[in-house]
Amino acid sequence: MSYFSKIREALQKEPQARPLPGRGAPQNVSNLRFTTLTVFTVLGLIAAIVVNRTVPQIADVEIEPYRVGASLDININGLYVSVLSGVILLYLGIAVFSFLDQDRRRKFIERAPFRFAVGLVLAVWDVLGTKFLLLPQPFFPGPARILEPFLMEPGYILQQILYSLRLFACGFVIGASAGILTGILIGWFPKVYYWVQPVLKISGVIPAVAWMPFALTLLPTPFGAAVFLITICQWFPIASLTAQGIQSTPKTHFEVARTLGAKTPYLVFRVAIPHAMPQIFTGISIANGFTFTTLVMVEMMGQPGGLGYYINASKVWSAYYKVFAAILIMAILFSLILWVLSLVESRVLRWQRGLVKQ
Amino acid sequence: MSTETILEIKHVDRTYIDTNDNTVEALRDVSLTVRRGEFISIIGSSGCGKTTLLRLIAGLDAPEAGSLRIDGAEITGTDPHRGYVFQQGSLFPWLTVQQNIASGLKARHVYRRQKADVAEYIELIGMRGFEKSYPHQISGGMAQRVAIARALINRPDALLLDDPMGALDSFTRADIQDKLLELWRRDKTTMILVTHDVDEAIYLSDRIAVMTPRPGKISEIKEVKLPHPRDRGGAEFLSLRRDILEKLHLASAHPEPEYSI
Repeated sequence: MSYFSKIREALQKEPQARPLPGRGAPQNVSNLRFTTLTVFTVLGLIAAIVVNRTVPQIADVEIEPYRVGASLDININGLYVSVLSGVILLYLGIAVFSFLDQDRRRKFIERAPFRFAVGLVLAVWDVLGTKFLLLPQPFFPGPARILEPFLMEPGYILQQILYSLRLFACGFVIGASAGILTGILIGWFPKVYYWVQPVLKISGVIPAVAWMPFALTLLPTPFGAAVFLITICQWFPIASLTAQGIQSTPKTHFEVARTLGAKTPYLVFRVAIPHAMPQIFTGISIANGFTFTTLVMVEMMGQPGGLGYYINASKVWSAYYKVFAAILIMAILFSLILWVLSLVESRVLRWQRGLVKQ
Repeated sequence: MSTETILEIKHVDRTYIDTNDNTVEALRDVSLTVRRGEFISIIGSSGCGKTTLLRLIAGLDAPEAGSLRIDGAEITGTDPHRGYVFQQGSLFPWLTVQQNIASGLKARHVYRRQKADVAEYIELIGMRGFEKSYPHQISGGMAQRVAIARALINRPDALLLDDPMGALDSFTRADIQDKLLELWRRDKTTMILVTHDVDEAIYLSDRIAVMTPRPGKISEIKEVKLPHPRDRGGAEFLSLRRDILEKLHLASAHPEPEYSI
């Protein structure tokens, strides 16, 4: 599992800010420094807005307005500038909020150069991608163009998001439950270990999508087939890590419980499973890596909806700006899923806080 | 103290195979009678089989020969009437102090009826304010007090203590010893303590069973007739101490080789 745990570490643990060698306690951030760096934070984004507004549109690109709501007409540049303004306001809000606390101040200004760079990159991209069309088209649309699908077909996009989300939710719930259950049985009963562990070991290395032809043939609906494949993705890592967690429960814990008068259900549910919890969560985060891949792949190849489907359908029309839009959504959506799961994890494993060295 | 017998151990043998495939006689023909409500210590050097004996009493292991009877009934397995305190690190790390103490009640499905006992035992062991702490957040001495409370909350007839203070510094150790005496006097629980600390045994016990290794057996039982609180520097204390140490040293010294021509 060392390979997986490395992936997990890389995925989950953000490198902590380390103090520079040779320096003592972190220094206070003065008002002047904080204000300067706050301005610096939004300066790049402001530059991006200025570029979008002032650089003349050289290349012949159709920029049509869309009607939003009852009477508001907005084109892609309008939306792009609004989004950037929204981000600027958000940063300024955080800056005001961080002003009162030294720790928050330090944390906020740490990313200032990065945010500045993001703004500059957007500005350059805008010029090359939309204003002058120097990037090869239609593969590299400008940043404003990527937002066009949200104006063009917001309802349709939302539908695809919900489809993907529903697929993930079904696969996750079924797969994780099946994985945890299998893991407990393997970990607890030597007979189950004998018969199921080899199957798990062999089938676990097979990428889930390899089963796609069977899934599509044997299951009545494409949705059912996709859920099945995602279930497989979830099942293997969660089952094997749960089993490991159960098996590694120290004998003393069981003996303590027995001398306190515990019977088997207590030993399983109150001793072995709590002890396996950290490993169960490791299994879940490994599984999610595979699951996102499989989800998108399955949607691209045989689903009537979902973000993967959206990418595939857009590619056929060379609508690469829609592909980028879908990628943007995935980045946000999958990060949100991981974030929610990490919240659950830190709640369930709060007893580990300070115990495991970070 | 009554003279009623609570535990009767008769001619118990127990062997095990060690890591080098050697058969080790952990216990040979061990017999011991424990009276209800007494504080008895089993003392001996490491490897003399004292923990093995305690595990047999708890019902965690079974003997190869002989019998162990508690209140006249053969011991066949673990029972909450015999509480057990392990050496160290036996608290459930995923439960808080409060939940660890309550786990005995939960294991027996009586938590709802006896909820109030948890607070009482937290108070008794002086852990107020630490109820919500997790085991890794408290000191080793605190953890052992919690382990004792967790075993005692089931109101066992006998409490089996497997060197619970062995890994603690001497101040913490003395502190827990007094706490233990206090709990013993309060609940009149029969205490069976395994230890390798002679002072601890004399300070706490009514009787001390001295065990000698290879094969493990009880070589002598000493009565301690000093009144509590005992003076660790008192003349009788010290002479008893010398006595027991001599027994232990004699036991661990290699016997003279015998020559027969």
